[in-house]
Amino acid sequence: MIELDRISKFYNGRAVVEELSLTVPTGALCVLLGPSGCGKSTTLRMVNRLVPADRGTIRIDGEAVDALPVAALRRRIGYAIQSTGLFPHWRVEDNIATVPRLLGWKRGRMRDRVTELLEMFRLDPETYRGKYPHELSGGEQQRVGVARALAADPELLLMDEPFGAIDPIARDSLQGELARIHRETGKTIVFVTHDIEEALRLASDIAILDRGRLAQFGAPLDLLEHPASDFVRDFVGAQGIGLKLLSVRRVAERMRRGETAEGEKVPLEATLREALAAMTVHHASVLPVADGDGTVVGTIALTDLVR
Amino acid sequence: MTLSGAPARCRASSAFGWNPDRIALALVAVGAIAVAGGGFVSLAPNRLVSGRPVALWAAAGIPATAALALIGLALAGIAATPPRRMRHYAVAALAALLLIAVLLAAGTAARDLAAGAPPLARVSLGAGFWIAAAAAALAVLDGLQRADAGNFVRFLVGAAIAAAIAAMAAGGWFDALSLAREYASHRAVFGTALTRHVALVAGSVLPAILIGVPLGILACRRKRAEGAIFAVLNLLQTIPSIALFGLLIVPLSALAVAAPALARLGVGGIGAAPAVIALILYALLPVARNTAAGLSGIEPTIVDAARGMGMTERQIFWRVEVPLALPVLVAGLRIVTVQTIGLAVVAALIGAGGLGDFVFGGLGQDATDLVLLGALPTILLALVADFLLKAAAAALRR
Amino acid sequence: MPRPLRLAASPLWWTAVLFVALLLAMPHTGALFHAAFPAAKPPVYARASFVELFLSQAGIVATASATASALGIAVAVFVTRPAGRDFRAIADALATIGQTFPPAAVLALAVPALGFGPRPTVVALFLYGLLPIVENAIAGLETVPGAVREAAAGMGMTGWQVLARVELPLAAPVILAGIRVSVTIGIGTATIGSTVGALTLGTPIFDGLAGNKVPLVLQGAILVALFAIVTDMAFARLERRLRPPGAAR
Repeated sequence: MIELDRISKFYNGRAVVEELSLTVPTGALCVLLGPSGCGKSTTLRMVNRLVPADRGTIRIDGEAVDALPVAALRRRIGYAIQSTGLFPHWRVEDNIATVPRLLGWKRGRMRDRVTELLEMFRLDPETYRGKYPHELSGGEQQRVGVARALAADPELLLMDEPFGAIDPIARDSLQGELARIHRETGKTIVFVTHDIEEALRLASDIAILDRGRLAQFGAPLDLLEHPASDFVRDFVGAQGIGLKLLSVRRVAERMRRGETAEGEKVPLEATLREALAAMTVHHASVLPVADGDGTVVGTIALTDLVR
Repeated sequence: MTLSGAPARCRASSAFGWNPDRIALALVAVGAIAVAGGGFVSLAPNRLVSGRPVALWAAAGIPATAALALIGLALAGIAATPPRRMRHYAVAALAALLLIAVLLAAGTAARDLAAGAPPLARVSLGAGFWIAAAAAALAVLDGLQRADAGNFVRFLVGAAIAAAIAAMAAGGWFDALSLAREYASHRAVFGTALTRHVALVAGSVLPAILIGVPLGILACRRKRAEGAIFAVLNLLQTIPSIALFGLLIVPLSALAVAAPALARLGVGGIGAAPAVIALILYALLPVARNTAAGLSGIEPTIVDAARGMGMTERQIFWRVEVPLALPVLVAGLRIVTVQTIGLAVVAALIGAGGLGDFVFGGLGQDATDLVLLGALPTILLALVADFLLKAAAAALRR
Repeated sequence: MPRPLRLAASPLWWTAVLFVALLLAMPHTGALFHAAFPAAKPPVYARASFVELFLSQAGIVATASATASALGIAVAVFVTRPAGRDFRAIADALATIGQTFPPAAVLALAVPALGFGPRPTVVALFLYGLLPIVENAIAGLETVPGAVREAAAGMGMTGWQVLARVELPLAAPVILAGIRVSVTIGIGTATIGSTVGALTLGTPIFDGLAGNKVPLVLQGAILVALFAIVTDMAFARLERRLRPPGAAR
């Protein structure tokens, strides 16, 4: 659990973060969302003290971040950033093992951990461990960047627009992988982005920031259905809100259990938006829904989407 | 320690605390320590022996010392106020005043010391003077840099200081200094040496442009030639100047023997001919390299666009490539000119003349002030060339 | 290619062998120079052995360059830390202005302070050699991308660790290029240093110029030129080797 307790940050006497309080539960994927200059990045960087907070305290599992030596604190927190910050003179293996090496792990343990992480990110360990960053594509670099942040199994992972500079296709698959890894590892993740679609796709909780203040904090659906202010309403997008709503609800919520239909199977975990897309492509107003094993467990119809 | 990606923010955040001009303060401290350490000037019984150091207060008296101290304190005081643009200008102005005051004090010190000494005695500038003057000059530069002053303002400040110094010199303020007495006794040859030096530089840089620019174009157009051209030029640039001068002696004296007409024109193993040839060879690398860099630095899309609009290759070259590559070429010209001014000093060793005659003549006689008479104008020439060509490159970039 | 063959194909190796061979063989070339320049006496420089001259010059350059490298890198590191950032502009300006000073003038001005002998040469080489090293080391340290430094700090490296493991290795090729310039100028200036009493391969050149003995000038000039070229080639090779394999340059 991370608690931000009335933190403020001033530059030149002007507050860029002001009296911000926020509690991120353990295991959450909390997205800090807002336009550029809203203080979301600064807030994130105050957690690992890359930026010192001027006022207020930040606690991780009840322990104030100021209580620890700064290097020790940062070695316990994973950190991934937009341009990856991979060390160009180190191979992928050495990059991923950065924090384990700082912590003095044994060679064999580091090697095993690198193998495990590369496999987790679907990069063949024997092909990739010896490569240099410039030999990787943007998407691969970003995978290595996130793997590096996870290397020492930190309890908390901070990500600052990690997928901001990648092409849309690679970004889509990376988002999918991050969601999977979050499910598998149960890590607490704080994720900064200005991209509302990305936030809706990944977040368990979203904090919307407006000029250094917290505009709204809640589940993605809350934000769309009950925006707390005009700012939030405008930011999440008055237009296209219907599609956004479809993209935060799952097929499982609206399906008709027990019924069957012919056609392309829609997974139980798919969003309603994905179901709509499938119906449009296949010219069908009703499609079967399948669970993880491929067994049909019900149907979803066009009318279910607008209920 | 914060190693964030936003240094500007870090600096701005310290606006809460005391934020003095640390450089100006450090420079004032350095100057004060140098002056307090004694040895502002030195007094020698004649020009060929080294003198004993004399402190500022002993040489120029208490009032001059107090005046310097006051200006120094004022400068430190201004430097400690909160950073505003006006502060930076005030630092520059006070530092300029301090520089002139240091020079005035040197003149006074020399005059007073010389008045009480035998006629053959010489008063030379000491370490204390040089350090204090350099510190003041750097403080001027620092103030102008922080105020983000443009080239024009910098030029005006430089010209004003130079004019003040020239006025003091013309008014005879420095006449008692050994340096001025060396000048007085070499006045007849000084002008010749200076002209000769400038002629050596111009006579080397201009041919180097005529040869180097085509070489650079060739290197850029033919990637095969590029490796060979730069390998050879780089090799030439590595060879120490005096060795290259030496290596040229044999072929040139052979040439002079074989063709007496050339010998009558001044071509020979020693003298200006080997000097100019060597200086041209040294100058080729920066000229060719910057020409090639300027041309290959042009976005291919620009050339494509020009071609697409129907320009001929010749038009593309003169109207698109040359103007775009010119700033880089001028930057190379700056390097070449400054380098050649320095190397031309060494050319005096093979009888090419120039300001190097004073430098090596002074070394031979152990007369430091004669060395200075050669070295100071050389440094000034280099600084002026550097400033002018830098300004030219900046103007072309716009 | 197997190692011996690679060595045989390397121009650095051949030039170095040529240099050492000439250094050792020069005293035995009297007949050759006598035939070419019958008037010159002696035909070969004999006051000191060429090996001795070379070792003395190499010692002067190495001492000055090593000290200048250590101090120059330290200065660059200081002015690129937050504590020294104020001094960055002035260090840069000083390095640029200083390099407009002719090396020969710096050498000449070091004499009155230090007297004749190798000392003014060492000091002048050190002072002048500092400038390109400071300039390049600052430039090299500043080319390290901000994201890389931030990532290093964010993962819990201390300031020293960021410097030693990330910044210096990444800046190394640019820093080395500065040292290369400094050493090249150093060899040239040390040669002139024989006019102020340093024992170098330039000594026969000046003896020859003063006494109008062309063979001595040639002997010194050839050896000094080769010395400079071999050193420069060695640096070029070292630079290639130091370039981080990951840098796409």
